[in-house]
Amino acid sequence: MYNGKFIIAAALVVLVLFTSPFWLSKGGYKRPDLQLPANEKECVETVDFMRAEHMQMLNEWRDQALRSENRVYVALNGKKWEISLQNTCLKCHNNTEKFCDACHVSNSVYPYCWTCHIEPKGKGDK
Amino acid sequence: MNTDRRHFLKIAGISAFALSAGLAGRAAEAAVAPGKYEHGPNTLHAGRWGMVIDTRKFPSEADYLPLIKACHEAHNVPNQPGPHEIKWMWLAPYKEGFPDDENHYGPEKFKTGKFPLLCNHCENPPCVRVCPTKATYKMEDGIVAMDYHRCIGCRFCMAACPFGARSFNFIDPRIAMPSDKAPNPAYPTRMPGVVEKCTFCAERLAAGKLPACVEASGGKILFGDLNNPKSDVRKALAENFSIRRKPSLGTQPGVYYLV
Repeated sequence: MYNGKFIIAAALVVLVLFTSPFWLSKGGYKRPDLQLPANEKECVETVDFMRAEHMQMLNEWRDQALRSENRVYVALNGKKWEISLQNTCLKCHNNTEKFCDACHVSNSVYPYCWTCHIEPKGKGDK
Repeated sequence: MNTDRRHFLKIAGISAFALSAGLAGRAAEAAVAPGKYEHGPNTLHAGRWGMVIDTRKFPSEADYLPLIKACHEAHNVPNQPGPHEIKWMWLAPYKEGFPDDENHYGPEKFKTGKFPLLCNHCENPPCVRVCPTKATYKMEDGIVAMDYHRCIGCRFCMAACPFGARSFNFIDPRIAMPSDKAPNPAYPTRMPGVVEKCTFCAERLAAGKLPACVEASGGKILFGDLNNPKSDVRKALAENFSIRRKPSLGTQPGVYYLV
C-alpha cells in the first residue's frame, strides 16, 4: 500500500471524529421528568404502549374519528374514551410544556399540533 | 458477459419486487391500538344528510345573521373581511347564488334579497374528485368532510367547487382569533395554508346535536335524512316547491331552498 501509514492514521482520525458524539456524551440520554396528571392514574392504554405508540395511535384516532365517524375508543380494559386530542388527552395532560414538550424537545421532535388544536391555557400563540 | 448481466438484472428485479411487496404488506398492517373503535352512543345517523332552508320564514337578510354567528362561533371561524375572508355560511344575492335561473321577472326578493349559502355536501362532489391527498372526502352519511392534517393547500378543491364554498387560509387565522379568544375552546382553529368549509357539523351530529345553524334557526331550517321518505326534510320537499343551486351541473347538492 502506498502511503499506508498516512492513510491508516487519517482513517483513524476520521473514525474518531465521526463517532465523537458517542464518546463525548457522558452518561448518555436521560429520560426527562414529566409532569403527570395529578388526578388520573391510568392513561388510555398502558404506559409502555403510550410511550412507544402514542403518535401512531393519535393518527389512527384521527382517521377513525374523521373518516369513519368512530368517535369512541374502547380500551383493552373496556373503558370508553371520547376520541379527541383537545378534549380527552389534554384534559388530563393539561400542561403541554411540562408533559409533551419535555420529551419532544429533548428528542428533537417538533410536531405542530398547536397550530390548530388549542393548547390548555391558550399557550398556542407564539 | 451478456448472459451474466441478464441474469443479474433478473435476480435484482425479483429481489426488488419481493422487498417492496414485503414493505407494502407491513404498511398495510392492521390497527396499532389494541382497543376497538365504535360510534358514540348519541350519534345521529342518516343515509344521506340534507338541509332544507325555508327562506319564506326569513323576511330580511338580518334574520340570517344569527345563524352565521352561531356557525362561525361553533367552529372558531375568524372574522377577517376582504380578500382573506373565511366563510362557512354567507349571504349572497339571488343572481349570484342561483345563476341558472334565467327568468326576467320574479318575486321581489330575487332582485333585492339575499340568500344564505353554504357547502352543499353534493352527492357527486367535484372537490373530492380533484383532491390529490384525500384530505377531503365523502363520508357514508353523505357529508363531504375535511381532514386539515392532510390538506397541502393546493386549492384544486376551490377551483373545482362550483359553489364557492371553500376558503383558503392565506394568513394565520389566529391573528384575527388568538387561541385564548376562540369562542369554542372545544373545537380547533385552522392554520395558514389549509382550505376549510362547512362540515354539516359532523362533530355535533356525533354528539347527538343538530348543526349549529339549524339549532339557531328555531325550526326555520330543517335537517334530516334525504333517503328516508318519512323524514322532516323529505316531507317539506314533498309539500313545497324547492330550488337548489346550479342543479344543471349534476353534482346533486344536498341543500334545498324553499322560496
